[in-house]
Amino acid sequence: MTLNLLQKGKSATITTINAEKELKNRFNSFGVVKGATVHVEQYTLAKQTMEIRINKTRMALRVSEAEKVEIS
Amino acid sequence: MKTIKIALVGQPNVGKSHLINAFGDTRLKVGNFSGVTVEKKTIRFTRDEYNFEVTDLPGSYSLTDYTIEERVTKNFLDDGDYDLILNVLDSTNIERNLYLTMELLALDKKVVVALNMQDEAVNEGVFIDDKQLSKLLGISCVPTSALKKTGIDELMGAIVQAFDTPKKTCHLQYSDPYEEEITKITSFFTEKNYQSDIDLKTLAIKLLREDTQIYKKFRDEAIWTELQPMLNESYEHLYIHYKTKDLDGIYHDEKNALAKGAVKESVKFDNAKDNNGLTDKIDMVLTNQYVGLPIFLFLMWGLFQITFEWGSIPMDWIDAFFGAMIDGTKSFLGDTELASVIADGAIAGVGAVILFLPNIIILFTGIALLEATGYMARAAFLLDGFFHRFGLHGKSFVPLVSGFGCSVPAYMAARVLKNDRDRLLTLYITGFMSCGAKLPVYVLIIGAFAAPEHAGNILFGVYIFGAFLGLVAAKALKMTAFRGDDEPFVMEMPKYRLPTFGMVFHAVSQKAMMYLKKAGTFILAASVLIWFASNYPKYPEMEAQFETKIEQVSGDEEKVKALNNELSLYKLENSYLGQVGHASQPFFEPLGFDWRMAVALETGLAAKEVVVATMGILYGLGDEEDEESSSLADKLRANVTLPSAIAFIIFAMIYFPCLAASMVFRREAGGWKHWIYLFIFTTAAAWILAFIAFTIASVIFS
Ligand SMILES: Nc1nc2c(ncn2[C@@H]2O[C@H](COP(=O)(O)OP(=O)(O)O)[C@@H](O)[C@H]2O)c(=O)[nH]1
Ligand SMILES: [Mg+2]
Repeated sequence: MTLNLLQKGKSATITTINAEKELKNRFNSFGVVKGATVHVEQYTLAKQTMEIRINKTRMALRVSEAEKVEIS
Repeated sequence: MKTIKIALVGQPNVGKSHLINAFGDTRLKVGNFSGVTVEKKTIRFTRDEYNFEVTDLPGSYSLTDYTIEERVTKNFLDDGDYDLILNVLDSTNIERNLYLTMELLALDKKVVVALNMQDEAVNEGVFIDDKQLSKLLGISCVPTSALKKTGIDELMGAIVQAFDTPKKTCHLQYSDPYEEEITKITSFFTEKNYQSDIDLKTLAIKLLREDTQIYKKFRDEAIWTELQPMLNESYEHLYIHYKTKDLDGIYHDEKNALAKGAVKESVKFDNAKDNNGLTDKIDMVLTNQYVGLPIFLFLMWGLFQITFEWGSIPMDWIDAFFGAMIDGTKSFLGDTELASVIADGAIAGVGAVILFLPNIIILFTGIALLEATGYMARAAFLLDGFFHRFGLHGKSFVPLVSGFGCSVPAYMAARVLKNDRDRLLTLYITGFMSCGAKLPVYVLIIGAFAAPEHAGNILFGVYIFGAFLGLVAAKALKMTAFRGDDEPFVMEMPKYRLPTFGMVFHAVSQKAMMYLKKAGTFILAASVLIWFASNYPKYPEMEAQFETKIEQVSGDEEKVKALNNELSLYKLENSYLGQVGHASQPFFEPLGFDWRMAVALETGLAAKEVVVATMGILYGLGDEEDEESSSLADKLRANVTLPSAIAFIIFAMIYFPCLAASMVFRREAGGWKHWIYLFIFTTAAAWILAFIAFTIASVIFS
C-alpha cells in the first residue's frame, strides 16, 4: 500500500520509494527513507495535502507525492 | 591579529542566526521558517585576540543544488574563502541534522560542530555525550544554547583550536563494500602519483556519486582513459551489492547509516520526556481539517483590522503634529517661496509618508509573529491544496504574504521556491499583493469615500480582491507562459516556538527603519522635486491680471475667493507637473482620472508612498482659502467622483511596482527582459481592470 492511503493517526514502515531523483533527495534529507517509521498526523479537508511525522521531523507533503512511497 | 574566516552551515531553523547574535553584538534577521535567511550575510567581530569573519549561509537540508539556497551554500563551500566550517545542529533532532554533518565531513575541510538547542534537548530527554560524538566524528562537538547563551565560550575555544592545529584526515568509515571501492580508486591515484588539491578519499567519493563537476574536470585529463573503465567496474560492484543503480541514493544510504550509527553510540533518549506533546496539541487545532482554515482567515482578518483600527490612533497625533509644523514654518518664514518649499514641499510630503508608520509597524509585527512562531509553515500546509489549483505552490504563500508588507523582501523570499518556473510565476504575481506603501493610498481614498464603520471591511476587501486577481493571473500565466511540471511540495513543519521579543523587534525595527529612511531621503527629495514641478514655471502676467481683477471686485468676499481659486488652478495646470499630467491624460481619460491623479500615479513609479504625497501637494495647493475643507480627504471628495476613485484604487493596486522593488524583481527574475515583461503585463492588467471597474461603477452609481 502507499503512504497516501494510511489513515490519520496510524503508523507504518516505509518499504520502497519510487520517486524521481529530486523528490527522492528531498525525502532523504527529511529522513523519509527505507525502513523508517512514518506516522500520519493530519490530512487537509480536500485531502490534497498531508502532514506526517518521522522521528522528530514533521513535514507536509502532497498526496500525489505520498503515492510514491510504499509502506507496509 | 589573526583573522578566522568561518562558514556557518546548518539545516533551517537550527539557531544559526541566534548563535551569531550570541557571539557578539551583531544584527541579523532571525525567523522560524525555512527560507528566511536567503542570502548569505557576513558578520565581523573581534574576540580573544582574534578577528572573526562569519558568513551565515542559507539553511540547507543537504548539499544538493536543487534550491537556490542550497546552491548558494554548496558553491560557497566548494569555492568560497574560509578557514573552517561551523556546523550548527538542532540537538533535539540530532539524527537528521547529522546527515548534513556527514556530507560536510566528506568535504575534507576543518569542521567544528555546535550542538545547539541544548536547553530544549535536555527538556525533551535527549542526552548527547558530546565527548563520545567528538571521538566518533574526529572533530570537536560543543553543546550550546544560543537562547540561554551557554557553551559560547567553549565553542569559541574549539574554533580557535581547530584553526590553530593542522587539519586531520577524514575520519568517516563507510560500510565495507563502499570502503573497498573507495580504496581501489585512491590507491590507483597514489600509484599514478596523481597531484590533487583535494583529499583523495573526498575525490573518490565524488566519483562514486557521479558528481558532474568532477566528471567535467576529469574528462579533459589524460588519466581519464584509465580511470573510466575502473569506475565502470566499481559501479557494477555497487549496483550488484545495493540492488539499485541510483549511485547518489547509495551514497545517501551510506551517509544516513553513519549518522544512525553515531546516534546509537553517543545519544541516550529518555522517551518518557519526549514532548512532541505541545506542538501536537496546538496542531490538533491549528491544522485541523475543519477549523484550521477558518482560524487562518480569522487571524489574517484580525491583523488587518488591528492595522487599521489601532493604527488610526497615533495617526491622528502625527497628522496634527505635521499640520502644526507646516503652520509654524509658514508663520515663522512668512509668505515666501522658501516657506512654501519647506512647508508645502518637504514637510507635507514627508509627513504624509510618516503618517503611515503605525500601520507599517503593526502589520510587520503581525507577520514577524507568524514567522517566528512557526505558524507560517502551517499556513502553507493549509493553503497548498488551494494554491496548487492556480498553479502555485503552498510555499508561494511566503513571498505572497510578505508581499503585503513590502515587495522588496517578498521578491527575495520567492527563493523558497526551488523550481525556477514556479519561482518566476510567483514573482510575477507578488505585486498583486498590496504592499504596505499602497496602504496609505487605500486608506486615504477609502477614508474619503466610505463611512468610518465600513472602512476596515472595505480595506480588507481591497486586499482580498487584489490577492484574488493575483491568483487568476497566476492561473492564466501557468496555462500560457509557464506550462510545465510542478516542483515537489515536501516541506518541514517546524516546532512551535515562543518568539523572543528581540527577534520580533529586530524584524520590525529593520522594516520600520527602511521605511523611514526612504521617507527621509528618497521621498524628501521627490517631494521637493514635485513641489518645484508644481510651482514652476511662474506666470507673472497672469498673476498681475488676476490681481487687478481682484482689486476691482474688492469687498466681495465670494468673488475674491473664486478668483483666487481660479488663479491657483491656472498656475497648477500650467506648471511642469500639470504639463506632464495633461500630456498623459488621454491614456488615463477612459478611467475617469483627472491630470492630478495621472501625475500621482506617475510619481508613484518612484515609490508608492509618493502617490499620497503628490496628492497632498496637488490637491492641497489648489484652495488655500478654504478653511472648512482642510483635510485632504475632503478635498478629494470635492474633486473626484466615486467611480474614478474605485478605478484609481484598482489601478494603484496592480500597476508597476516602485523603483526599488522593480530592481529587485529584475535581479531575482534574472534580467531586463522580465522587467520589461512585468511592466507591460502590469500596466495592461491595471488599465483594463480599472477601465472595467470604472465602467461598471459609473452605471451603478449614476
Ligand atoms: N530553545 C532554544 N531555542 C533556540 C535556540 N537557538 C535558536 N532557537 C530558536 O530557534 C528558532 C530559529 O532560530 P534561527 O536563529 O532563526 O535559526 P536559523 O534558521 O538557523 O538561522 C528561533 O525561534 C529561536 O528562538 C536554543 O539554543 N534554544
Ligand atoms: Mg537564519
